[in-house]
Amino acid sequence: MKPQALAAAVPAAAGPGLRARLGALARLDARLYQIVFLALLLGTGVLVRDFSLDPRQVALAFAAGIATQLFWVRRLGLPRVGLLSALVTCFGLSVLLRADSLWVHPLAAAACLSAKFVLRIEGKHLFNPTNLGVVLAVLLLPGAWVSPGQWGSDLLVACWVVALGGIVAGRARSAGLSLAFLTCFLGAYALRVAWLGQSWAVFLHLLQNGSLLMFAFFMISDPMTAPNHPVARIAYAACVAVLAFAWQFGLFLQNGPIWALFLCAPLVPLLDRLWPGAKPVWRRNPATTR
Amino acid sequence: MQRKFVTLALATALAGTAASAQAFCGFYVGKADASLFNEASKVIMVRDGDRTVINMLNDYQGDLTEFALVVPVPVVLHKEDVKTPLRAVFDRVDAYSAPRLAEYYDPNPCRPPYPAARAEQSAVAKSMGRAIAEDRAEALGVRVEAQYTVGPYDIVILSAEQSDGLETWLHENGYRIPAGASRALAPYIRQDMKFFVAKVNLEEHAKSGAEFLAPLQFAFHTEKFMLPIRLGMLNARGPQDLVLWVLSKKGRVETTNYRTVKLPANVELPPYVKFDADHSFARFYLAMFDEQARRENYRVAFTEYFWDMSWCDPCAANPLNAQELANLGVGGVSGDTRRGARVMLTRLHVRYTPETFPEDLVLQETADRRNWQTRYVLRHPAKFDLADCPNRASAERYLVALGRRQEREAQTLATLTGWDVDAIRAKALIAPDGDAAQDIAPGASQGAVDTPLARLWRWLQDGGAQR
Repeated sequence: MKPQALAAAVPAAAGPGLRARLGALARLDARLYQIVFLALLLGTGVLVRDFSLDPRQVALAFAAGIATQLFWVRRLGLPRVGLLSALVTCFGLSVLLRADSLWVHPLAAAACLSAKFVLRIEGKHLFNPTNLGVVLAVLLLPGAWVSPGQWGSDLLVACWVVALGGIVAGRARSAGLSLAFLTCFLGAYALRVAWLGQSWAVFLHLLQNGSLLMFAFFMISDPMTAPNHPVARIAYAACVAVLAFAWQFGLFLQNGPIWALFLCAPLVPLLDRLWPGAKPVWRRNPATTR
Repeated sequence: MQRKFVTLALATALAGTAASAQAFCGFYVGKADASLFNEASKVIMVRDGDRTVINMLNDYQGDLTEFALVVPVPVVLHKEDVKTPLRAVFDRVDAYSAPRLAEYYDPNPCRPPYPAARAEQSAVAKSMGRAIAEDRAEALGVRVEAQYTVGPYDIVILSAEQSDGLETWLHENGYRIPAGASRALAPYIRQDMKFFVAKVNLEEHAKSGAEFLAPLQFAFHTEKFMLPIRLGMLNARGPQDLVLWVLSKKGRVETTNYRTVKLPANVELPPYVKFDADHSFARFYLAMFDEQARRENYRVAFTEYFWDMSWCDPCAANPLNAQELANLGVGGVSGDTRRGARVMLTRLHVRYTPETFPEDLVLQETADRRNWQTRYVLRHPAKFDLADCPNRASAERYLVALGRRQEREAQTLATLTGWDVDAIRAKALIAPDGDAAQDIAPGASQGAVDTPLARLWRWLQDGGAQR
């Protein structure tokens, strides 16, 4: 929901005080919402889903992530860049990445946050930091993996992720990305189920998959690494969905969405050139887009 | 002649078998009845790159003329791809990875600093009709890709164009197909999979003189790392058990389309579990598994064991040697496996229903190399006479701590199994180990209460699931 819409949705009878307060809340940085929801998800995962995660891994990821962000901000002399993005990335890595040692999480955090400052094209960083961190860790570091089954497929969990994620995606003005991705991916999957003659319970099983929804609402929805133009964004999400589907059901490899997003990221500068559009900002200050 | 349609639902008895073995710390004393989890399917999978070997054990005890096995496979299997591994090796893998009970003895607080722990080593070692009408098959769109006899089995590899034709063919050839078979077969046909169909060759079986049917093994190359379980659900009544062992080279194996969770383990239980008939270790494990599976609504795969096969601690049975591994289809292992052969064993235990597992198991090999086992610990209290204790202050502190520990143990046992905590307390009091110890204080429940806060606290204390 757009900030203005949120404020406008409050009936006038609620009084000017409440409206003003909600308006102020709505103008807050979208990443604050992301952090709150990612923290909730991490908490749920650890407490309810038995994530195979060590609290020290989480602590080290945050320590390394924050240190890396501070280092680059200082080195590049960026006055108004805070720590919000780094925190989002560290939460994302903690939720997604699994490792059998303590050093995978901090290394991944340091690498992907550095890449955010170094790998930039036309003022935008190329890769979603969490996505890059996960891919680098799985590719290069021993003892790192991703558990796509970790959320299970209980309807309740899925509903929560959708509900929470929907708000975040709405705030980040990239609900289109999430929905386009989900439509294409689930559409292709529905066709596959129908073609194979499988029961629709198989489709519902995927529909309830927490990992897929988590990807749709917390990773691909990142406006900073998506194309600027709305049409390009839809095309981009569709491209990621098709590749993810082929990866998973054609090549029979795991974690299709994560790899597809990584492989499609270089298309973004190209799409930006084809369909020029306004660059997204977190707040109304262009200096804070890192 | 009608043959029963048996797929992955092989009636077997899962034996948490046991052998005695002295370990680095603690002694292995666990034993579990052979009848535990009867009717569980037992499958040992070997995965190395895209090479896949599936071993299936079958404890089918009915009329052999009625036995048949149908498994979807990705390619046509030839005679050299099919073998009958030794049944004893299944028991060895089972025994090696069985849930285990380890016991420790508290040092006598009257005799500091470190008296040698006394331990008694108690453990128990447990040990088609050939003529197929080709024309008819063709008319049904069914193609007999290969047929041969391996061990006591007559094997046919079929491919089909449509599920109706395959169903008819199976009917006409004497297989009793349960209702809905056609719908269940269709997705495999669409994916161009073949069907491995085995039935018992009575002559060969009689010649072998074996009491039970030999296990079956088939090997193939495929990028799909999965196990078909849906066909086996056709004639399912209630939840079914599957114990799946995967031998791999890199790390722990888990399911990707279902949650994989570790069973609660590495906790202390009241020592009476070792002696009690009602609350024996086997019964504890059975009740605990029932309870956990129910709590998860039969929607998860449980990890029961994951270990580098070159060692174990404590050992429920010795690791498999190179010959045994080769018998299961593990390639490239030579010499003594106890010295650095890189074979990782994952043991997954799934209790599923047709509703909660709507699709086949998709697996992945993770990079996780942290060994993990379902191990339960008994701590026997020290036996001493307080009146005759030179170190009275320390002995009294010990007794206070012991009282708390015993209550915690009782609470843990009750939480894990759903048993009545008062019955547990009563049993713990009269158990042989309880006589020298303090009373369990009822009501002083400091135990393993399973609230989110308690979980968070344990997570922070234990370093997550590292152990």
